[in-house]
Amino acid sequence: MSHSATISASHPMEGMKVYNLKLGMWVFLLSEVMFFSSLIGAYIILRFAHPEQWAEPNAVLNVPLTGFNTFMLICSSVTMVKAFAAIEHGDQAGLKKWLIATIILGSAFVGIQVFEYIKLAGHGFVPAAASYAAEGGPLYGSTFYTMTGFHGAHVTIGVLALIFTAIKAFRGKYSAVDYGGVEIMGLYWHFVDLVWIILFTIVYLI
Amino acid sequence: MADETHAAVGRKKPNYYLVWLYLLILTVAEVGVAFMSGLPETWLILLLLFLAVWKAALVAMYYMHLKFEPPRLVMMVLAPIPLAILITATVVMMEIR
Repeated sequence: MSHSATISASHPMEGMKVYNLKLGMWVFLLSEVMFFSSLIGAYIILRFAHPEQWAEPNAVLNVPLTGFNTFMLICSSVTMVKAFAAIEHGDQAGLKKWLIATIILGSAFVGIQVFEYIKLAGHGFVPAAASYAAEGGPLYGSTFYTMTGFHGAHVTIGVLALIFTAIKAFRGKYSAVDYGGVEIMGLYWHFVDLVWIILFTIVYLI
Repeated sequence: MADETHAAVGRKKPNYYLVWLYLLILTVAEVGVAFMSGLPETWLILLLLFLAVWKAALVAMYYMHLKFEPPRLVMMVLAPIPLAILITATVVMMEIR
């Protein structure tokens, strides 16, 4: 495994000129673009068709808290890219340090999101129509939880993958010629950050 | 072949902290514009979307290193974007009409 990864990371494929692992991750991320585009498209259709079901974002959602969460996710992208930059130069200590920082920031994002959900549900902002008690209508709650929930699931999976990557890093599985695993982990992580940038604007600010 | 890769590794590194600062400033600008600008709704939405796309582009170009990838990978990645915009724009137009 380690040997084949070494070969693929240091030998770009003919044709696409990148190694297989990276090409595979990009193709997967493109399918993710379609997934989130369809969610955003559905959100736009519903919001245009039923504007009365939406409230001013600030009236229901805690925008400052989520703004802070956005800031943490952006910070976690920096730590992730620093981890990659470290192992590109064979810096094992740097790789471990920055991966741990990314795990902490990513977990904090998920934690704050769960806290936000609990608070919102406590105010009657829920996905279910029958028990909906907040400003706006049930479509607001259901689209909100669908979009932020799918994103949160991606972050959670990302944190688990980061833990897996960190374990491999602590076992010394990555090096200056075998960093593919860290790079594609980074691609996934930055993509999740990128999706949040779009979702934060559409769901919390508009 | 291995030498080529090492040449790619040794490429000029973007300043990751500077990109982070841009993202931070743009996020603060977004929140500020959304709640304090008093712009008409259409302009507000367009401005917010512009800022969001700007931030997304910064992440893709510098953190995902798309700026430094072979052009054919960049083309592959950018190919679905016009389709996504077309579909979304069509939906919006249909609903507005």
